Amino acid sequence: MQKYSTLSLVRNAISHHNGWQKAWRNPDLKSEYDAVVVGGGGHGLATAYYLAKEHGYKNVAVIEAGWLGGGNTGRNTTIVRSNYLFPQSAKFYNFSLNLYENMSQELDFNIMLRQAGLLTLLHSRHDLEVMRRNINAMHMNGIDSDWVTPDEVAHIAPGINMSEDARFPIVGGILQKRGGVARHDGVAWGYARAGDALGVDIIQMCAVTGFDIKNGEVVGVQTAKGHIKTKKVAIAVAGHSSVLAEMAGFRLPVSSMALQACVSEPLKPVFDAAIMSPATGIYISQSDKGELVMGGALDAYPSYAQRGNINTLEHIISGVIELFPCFSRIKLMRQWAGIVDIVHDSSPIIGHTPVKGMYINCGFGTGGFKATPAGGWTLAYTLANDRPHKMNEDFSLKRFETGAFIDEMGAAGIAH
Amino acid sequence: MMTIKCPYCGERSEAEYNFGGPAHLERPSHAAEVSDKEWGNYLFMLDNVKGISPERWCHSHGCGRWFNILRNTETHEILSIYKMGEGVKAARGDKDGA
Ligand SMILES: Cc1cc2nc3c(=O)[nH]c(=O)nc-3n(C[C@H](O)[C@H](O)[C@H](O)COP(=O)(O)OP(=O)(O)OC[C@H]3O[C@@H](n4cnc5c(N)ncnc54)[C@H](O)[C@@H]3O)c2cc1C
Ligand SMILES: [Zn+2]
Repeated sequence: MQKYSTLSLVRNAISHHNGWQKAWRNPDLKSEYDAVVVGGGGHGLATAYYLAKEHGYKNVAVIEAGWLGGGNTGRNTTIVRSNYLFPQSAKFYNFSLNLYENMSQELDFNIMLRQAGLLTLLHSRHDLEVMRRNINAMHMNGIDSDWVTPDEVAHIAPGINMSEDARFPIVGGILQKRGGVARHDGVAWGYARAGDALGVDIIQMCAVTGFDIKNGEVVGVQTAKGHIKTKKVAIAVAGHSSVLAEMAGFRLPVSSMALQACVSEPLKPVFDAAIMSPATGIYISQSDKGELVMGGALDAYPSYAQRGNINTLEHIISGVIELFPCFSRIKLMRQWAGIVDIVHDSSPIIGHTPVKGMYINCGFGTGGFKATPAGGWTLAYTLANDRPHKMNEDFSLKRFETGAFIDEMGAAGIAH
Repeated sequence: MMTIKCPYCGERSEAEYNFGGPAHLERPSHAAEVSDKEWGNYLFMLDNVKGISPERWCHSHGCGRWFNILRNTETHEILSIYKMGEGVKAARGDKDGA
């Protein structure tokens, strides 16, 4: 792998930037792999990278129907945080945030992590009481979380409507200082490049169309570019999880729905932190380019159409204007949606499937970008050892039989 | 954005309706004898079809009544709208049924 550094930048500038290598190869599909990862989003690419790096897998393929990161990985609003409520989630998401903090160095790729904080706004006495409890739970789980007064909110978010007569008056907030944003494409590309350097074959524009299963055990994968012999399969396809599960003959507790977001024209810097407002149902941050990045709730019915409907967009915009009346004349530049995998308790599924040798990572729904490193790490561990790591054992499919849910709507209201 | 024709009120914007889960699920009839796995299947496991899917909807900001929609989840095309109690086969108008 060509090392990226100030020195390499200078050296390549002198040679008119003709010396840069491709970030990853474009190999032909082989007929046999030790493990096949389905889905070239962040989670799939991270899985392949950790299989190669942590578990010595030398012959791994990532099979992606479209292009790298063209699913939710390239469509999300890039918020990272770990202020979840339950101990299992706290451990998992904090591990993920730790990996994020070291990712640019580890992958030698700038993922532009900006830990300028994640501010959750509180709008009522009820919000205050619930958050007092949540913040204590977070502290007990070792998650950083600070109580913020209305004055401090006004300081963190200039322009915000602090009027007591507001429809949703701001009575306080909580701040996770380690929260923030990262470059979503960078995360996919970083894992792709580092995985490729360890021998991972990344096959793009190649949909998986079926599985060969013998006596309940996976023995092969059918793809648009040919057949693969393999005994180990990891599925990380987010909104398409049920489609892949059906190919393998089982069902999942997953609904696929559209989640949308939009960005404004670029502005001069307004605020650094990402801001969430559960009561108005929206969240907003400002990108490095200056655009306001805004999102809200799901389009609340099943959809595989990668577009969002106009009434949800109106909700998002009206929530933003409620909080920041000063933004009312700003132009919207783009709006889009991704198909997310919603489960009943808003927690992921990472582990075994009913098919032997086949493992799955799904159910991250509206909030799995922040979990990209941990989701890949635990899926790789589970595949390599044929048993879950302590960190993901409670996130198994089994909980939909036992009822041991980890119901995470709690910690921050909207789950991005 | 979909326009949905409530069988009782007529055409309205999708904003007036709520999606209420898949249609034609059968609740296991002998609750006490059903295994946890079967209950889990009934309660949580979904077909989550990419394509044509029978769904329950409620005209919650209108007459408040429930009905079924046969809808393509890939295109949002509505193929058929039929009342509770009417079978999906009849609505689909074909032989292969649900
Ligand atoms: C608008 C929006 C905002 C969001 N905001 C946030 C946020 O702020 N913070 C956060 O943490 N999370 C957020 N999320 C959620 C986050 O984006 C996802 O949870 C996460 O990116 C999922 O990553 P993934 O790798 O599992 O899936 P994806 O990136 O969707 O990758 C799955 C891949 O599988 C491929 N695939 C599908 N079918 C096949 C097949 N048959 N064969 C081969 N490949 C196939 C797809 O093409 C796709 O590239 C947001 C999501 C959306 C849509
Ligand atoms: Zn009606």
